[in-house]
Amino acid sequence: MFELIGIPPQALFGQLLLGLINGAFYAMLSLGLAVIFGMLNVINFTHGAQYMMGAFAAWLMLGILDVPFWASLVLAPILVGLFGVVLERVMLKRIYHLDHLYGFLLTFGLALVIEGLFQWKWGSSGAPYPNPIPGGYNLGFMFMPTYRGFVVLAALVICLATWYGIERTKLGAYLRAATENPTLVRAFGINVPRLITLTYGLGVGLAALAGVLAAPIQQVSALMGTNLVLVVFAVVVIGGMGSIMGSIVTGFGLGLIEGLTKVFYPPASNTVIFVVMALVLLIKPAGLFGQTK
Amino acid sequence: MAETLLKVEGLQAWYGESHILHGVGFEIGRGELVTLLGRNGAGKTTTLKSVMGIVEKRTGSVTFEGKETVGQPSDSIARLGLAYCPEERGIFSSLNVEENLLLPPMVRPGGMSLGEIYQLFPNLQERRRSQGTKLSGGEQQMLAIGRILRTGANLLLLDEPTEGLAPVIVQRIGEIIRQLKGRGFTILLVEQNFHFAAAVADRHYIMEDGHVVDIMTAGDVKQNIGKLQAYLGV
Repeated sequence: MFELIGIPPQALFGQLLLGLINGAFYAMLSLGLAVIFGMLNVINFTHGAQYMMGAFAAWLMLGILDVPFWASLVLAPILVGLFGVVLERVMLKRIYHLDHLYGFLLTFGLALVIEGLFQWKWGSSGAPYPNPIPGGYNLGFMFMPTYRGFVVLAALVICLATWYGIERTKLGAYLRAATENPTLVRAFGINVPRLITLTYGLGVGLAALAGVLAAPIQQVSALMGTNLVLVVFAVVVIGGMGSIMGSIVTGFGLGLIEGLTKVFYPPASNTVIFVVMALVLLIKPAGLFGQTK
Repeated sequence: MAETLLKVEGLQAWYGESHILHGVGFEIGRGELVTLLGRNGAGKTTTLKSVMGIVEKRTGSVTFEGKETVGQPSDSIARLGLAYCPEERGIFSSLNVEENLLLPPMVRPGGMSLGEIYQLFPNLQERRRSQGTKLSGGEQQMLAIGRILRTGANLLLLDEPTEGLAPVIVQRIGEIIRQLKGRGFTILLVEQNFHFAAAVADRHYIMEDGHVVDIMTAGDVKQNIGKLQAYLGV
């Protein structure tokens, strides 16, 4: 077997795959955040809790109703997305005209409440979710668990489909236009408040979908979104607030950078993303793909 | 005057604490082209925005085809058949030219087809894949007018369509506005450029300090040119 700069290939490719999987979750989550921020002007700090709710929805449906993983992949995002719609109608819509800080306080507070409730009911130790596609392939240079490969592909498809929906469809055109000038879009006869509700529901559904995909890899636990969402915010800042392609590329890219750091200098792997964030902010404050307004 | 299409009575409007319109009243008949003239700050743009329902607060009465619109949100008002072309043109930079053209939804049957709009504005067809805001000022104005012709709206509210444009483009926009009137559109035009307005309009309402202070028909303008110039401060 060959060796690269003293690193065994199994370790290198293993960490790269792990990086790609983490990157897939960063991309899916930052995408939802970017879409929500663009339209609602609210930084959705509840995103991690909604991701967790997706995983829990799948786990509960499996345990109580014996709903299989593949059905949960569709049902859980719809359920959690509807929860998002209610949240937007009842609370978020009252704060759009206020400073960002209020949106932050509200969504952060909601995350604490939701995570607290789940912790109270189900504890924080976490529960396993059975792997829907066990097994794997020996690729020669590494072993590839099938489900993990599936997650990376699924995340790519989800990201590209979201990009297509926003950049190439009529509904996406409404969304982009309303992000720029909601007053004028409304004066053309488009029900912008409904569009905003829909956007939030879709963004939240995307977080829940990521949660369902994460369930078989991670433990399903009340706090599974808390740490992840911090990294995801760094990803959004690096990619540029509100940029769709930026979120996707930065998400996967940073997952890989994190994976490589684990190979070459493991102690820095938890901080490398924040170091990148600081550097990007110094050089390009609007983010790699962001536009200064 | 033909059958009344839009009737505005006692219209008052506010931006935050500032009270901008103090009881504006005017009427437009079906198929007419009417202008609002006046100096900067007289309340012309605010009047258009108030008709469209996009000011913070408005009272009074604005009826379109007999239906009261005060109290309705702007998307419902648009769906009655009003279309608005803002002073700043409002071209969306994240949309290309064709996406900009196709953005406003149909509100009534009988709007112009995309082909007819491209016939009217051949430049837009050539540049249909360009980013909307990469067009020249004149082309952006044509795009802003073009995109409200597809919707089937029969009352067009045009806010200073000639502002900042070269004379040859102003002339072209004048021709287009006359063609639109010929097609049966009813048009409410806000203008600073009085010569442009006089050449196309049936009637002029003159505004000062948030009121309509005078009305002139196209025929009256010649005799009253001195009075009009005094109003406009030219």
